Amino acid sequence: MARTLFDKVWDAHVVERLPDGTCVLYIDRHLVHEVTSPQAFEGLRMAGRKLRRPDAHIAVVDHNVATSDRRLPIAEPESRLQVETLEANVAEFGMPYFPLLDERQGIVHIIGPEQGLSLPGMTIVCGDSHTSTHGAMGALAFGIGTSEVEHVMATQTLLQRPAKNFLVEVNGALPVGCTAKDIVLAIIGKIGTAGGTGYVIEYAGDTIRALDMAGRMTVCNMSIEGGARAGMIAPDHVTFDYVRGKPFAPKGEALDRAIAYWKTLPADAGAVYDKHLAIDATTLAPMVTWGTNPEAVIAITGTVPDPAAEADEGKRAQLARMCEYMALTPGQKIADLPIDVVFIGSCTNGRIEDIRAAAAIAKGRHVAPGVRALVVAGSGLVKAQAESEGLDKILLDAGFEWREPGCSMCLGMNPDKLTPGQRSASTSNRNFEGRQGPGGRTHLVSPAMAAAAAVTGRLVDVRELN
Amino acid sequence: MQPFTTLTGVAAPLPLANVDTDKIIPARFLKTIKRSGLGVHLFDTLRFDENGAERPEFVLNQEPYRHAEILIAHENFGCGSSREHAPWALLDFGIRCVIAPDFADIFHTNTFKNGILPIKLPREICDQLMDDAKLGGNARITVDLAAQEVVRPNGERIKFEIDPFRKHLLLNGLDDIGQTLQHTPAIDGYEARQRAEKSWMPDISVS
Repeated sequence: MARTLFDKVWDAHVVERLPDGTCVLYIDRHLVHEVTSPQAFEGLRMAGRKLRRPDAHIAVVDHNVATSDRRLPIAEPESRLQVETLEANVAEFGMPYFPLLDERQGIVHIIGPEQGLSLPGMTIVCGDSHTSTHGAMGALAFGIGTSEVEHVMATQTLLQRPAKNFLVEVNGALPVGCTAKDIVLAIIGKIGTAGGTGYVIEYAGDTIRALDMAGRMTVCNMSIEGGARAGMIAPDHVTFDYVRGKPFAPKGEALDRAIAYWKTLPADAGAVYDKHLAIDATTLAPMVTWGTNPEAVIAITGTVPDPAAEADEGKRAQLARMCEYMALTPGQKIADLPIDVVFIGSCTNGRIEDIRAAAAIAKGRHVAPGVRALVVAGSGLVKAQAESEGLDKILLDAGFEWREPGCSMCLGMNPDKLTPGQRSASTSNRNFEGRQGPGGRTHLVSPAMAAAAAVTGRLVDVRELN
Repeated sequence: MQPFTTLTGVAAPLPLANVDTDKIIPARFLKTIKRSGLGVHLFDTLRFDENGAERPEFVLNQEPYRHAEILIAHENFGCGSSREHAPWALLDFGIRCVIAPDFADIFHTNTFKNGILPIKLPREICDQLMDDAKLGGNARITVDLAAQEVVRPNGERIKFEIDPFRKHLLLNGLDDIGQTLQHTPAIDGYEARQRAEKSWMPDISVS
């Protein structure tokens, strides 16, 4: 029977199928960070269990770390304890770890692909919903809770039922000013925050094929914002070229054998999907979220929707609440809204390509008066690469802050936070109430759009600056 | 894990859709290395104002809902982050069952691992139960997992569906790591085959 990309990777990892259809699914890679792992290590300790396979895990600290001077101790005692707990746990259990001062440290979803630890055809999990990022490699990658983290540590498997297949095809040339971020925001706007629940999304079509790996990772990263635990893109020559030469990736003859296998992964002709969506990329414009979930998204040329136009009472109330929280008036133009903070970084947009895009806008311009603009590379290696290209200098000259790698202002767990009432243009992935700090108001955009907002002090159509 | 068999208790109505896990427990409270103690921060921004004072209008700040053991909500409950701190906070507060039209996938899995029963029922039934819940302390709702029934205060029984394997684990309070370890020979065999067939796959060792 013709199979999809997901079907093939799933089938290749089924250890045992239980009578009720639940599968014991083998997990090739487990990525670990300090927030969702302490209770899992504690569970192992209490049960007298060990890591079944230490060489399948990689640990790093990212959520809690300050993005300022790393040689200083972490000021916040609870954050420090979480980081120290991870360090004690990796030592006790023999888990591979990139320490804070290692250049390879970074956001867990940036370093997996960057190090060649995330490869096509693998199953990859992490106690973090944005694990979907690694699906860009042609892997099955999804977020899990801490109990499942412990389960993987102890058994190298998970108990799972297969997801349904959802094909999202994007075709046509991407208009100037539009990026992978705009594609995925547009998709979430169409399917809604629960449109992918129960599915794995496969992104296909010539627009997706034309994206570089960074763009593909941005798209897959936000699958979870559409409710899908995983997003995948079939591996192709772009994937293989990306993998070649990465530190942990197979080399030489081993790589040839790997590529021969990876070439068998794309969906068979006639493979059946349970759900379809087609997007015409030529109709896209730079996107910006106006509300408090990623589905509340419009083109930068658009206006804030009127809750009164919504038939469903619950939805009407929700939209009204969004307007209230975001301090927006129905029918208001989204462009020209003044912003206070710009955040460029995160597992969604913290790669070198994202920083290049921001620097291209920043070059020869300056951050608007009263605006704070942070640029946070996704890893130490991304930061070093940017510095070797002189991007840090361009950004610093333009008045941006150039900070140390970490999750930073994506989630309000470290010192980089919005204060109540502040409005941000952010390249991260969630605009929930309080996500970037209590009372903060988040507008999700692409790196170029964020940089454009920084230099103009308002939400602006990046095409006006080009 | 505490088994889940039957539960009769106060149900709190939370008529909101897309309740995300940042709303259930904001990220600033995730800096713990324990599972317990998160109940005081459950729904923090809905429950407390900027000064930490209770918002009297929020359901869990009202009697009898301070003692709620069941929560009734709208679509896509638990969307967003994978944080298991969300079910830990619910459990620590005393919630053992959440009833909604549907749940986000990761949250749905996480509830089972903590002895919390998520029940999917059609929106119109959730609305009926929401109305029941609004009646307050005398209107207790019963959940019978073995029979797969929710019993309304008026005695009406509503059937719900549940994955048989997860039902078995919940009813018996079983740790699923223990279940999976019974398959160790099969996992050993899989690993040996994989090492032979996919020998290109790198092991991780960091120096």
